[in-house]
Amino acid sequence: MDEQLKTELGKQGIFATSLQELYNWGRKNSVWPLTFGLACCAIEMIATTMARYDLARFGAEVFRPSPRQADLMIVSGTVTKKMAPQVVRLYNQMPEPKYVIAMGACAISGGPFRDGYNVLKGIDRFIPVDVHIPGCPPRPEALIHAFMTLQEKISNQQLTGAERPRHLQADEPSEFPVPAFGEHGLEPAQNDNVFHNPFKVIQG
Amino acid sequence: MTLGLTLGEISSRLQSELPGCQVELVTNGSPSAQNSLLIDRQHGLEAARLLRDELQLDYCSNATAVDWPQYLEMVYHLFSIEKKEGPVVIRLRTANRTDDVTLPSLTPVWRSAEFQEREAFDLYGIVFAGHPDLRRILMWEGFTDHPMRKDYVPPPEDEP
Repeated sequence: MDEQLKTELGKQGIFATSLQELYNWGRKNSVWPLTFGLACCAIEMIATTMARYDLARFGAEVFRPSPRQADLMIVSGTVTKKMAPQVVRLYNQMPEPKYVIAMGACAISGGPFRDGYNVLKGIDRFIPVDVHIPGCPPRPEALIHAFMTLQEKISNQQLTGAERPRHLQADEPSEFPVPAFGEHGLEPAQNDNVFHNPFKVIQG
Repeated sequence: MTLGLTLGEISSRLQSELPGCQVELVTNGSPSAQNSLLIDRQHGLEAARLLRDELQLDYCSNATAVDWPQYLEMVYHLFSIEKKEGPVVIRLRTANRTDDVTLPSLTPVWRSAEFQEREAFDLYGIVFAGHPDLRRILMWEGFTDHPMRKDYVPPPEDEP
């Protein structure tokens, strides 16, 4: 519907909307995150939920202790290779529609531990990430900004057509392979259907 | 210095009470001058017992490993809670870095060394004979590398 017409109707006391807008409006204002933290970013995430920053203003104050009841996974902190399979498994246990915010330098790329032997070089190697937040750790404002970005993303999702989100496409996966502990590292080291390396590999 | 004894006196006491035990004073040229005793690995366990029981070095505060070009080395920091003195630093060396990397475990003497010896086993590949529970502690079971060694090569990930 034409935005101008809608505004005009609103002035006359007529509320016009579409099912899609109503549905997305409801969804974006009750995103329930999963209760878990991996490192120091989790402290900032906790601060975000408390009175000073008050994530409740965005309808996301209900941190669920079970993945079955959560819509959003905030990967807050360093994902070690030993922890990565558990993170992917928790994500698999969440019902669709589900979203992921990768919070902090470690969660998006490995951060200062990138060259180490024990840290995953970004959780987006195994699960699809909707919003990346840089920072070490990001301030609560940054997490709130990520939330608002995610809300915008949700409210712009189409319910029909080829562009509709994953949970409305029957043939799209809602579970992703859990990496196994190998002799030298995780096997596989990444999920090629999810992760697309932005860098060209230099040979030799 | 410590326990009313210098490291040299501790060294000669170890050598006189344990026949065949070779002890070498390793000097530290830095301002801290924290010298240490290098004990041959065959007598490591007996020497540790003697240090604990006779010299009352009843507490091992730290056990760590060093990767040298020719051998691997364990360093133990010992204190006497009883006499409020310390530290006495002792070292044990493996024969090489490849096939003869066994050292005596000092966990039966100082229980606090248990997890740190497991860590050295995990990350440096030092095998501790007599350790009660020698498993990897940080990396998972089935991992075959020793990441803290200088010749460790990380898995080939598609890095630019």
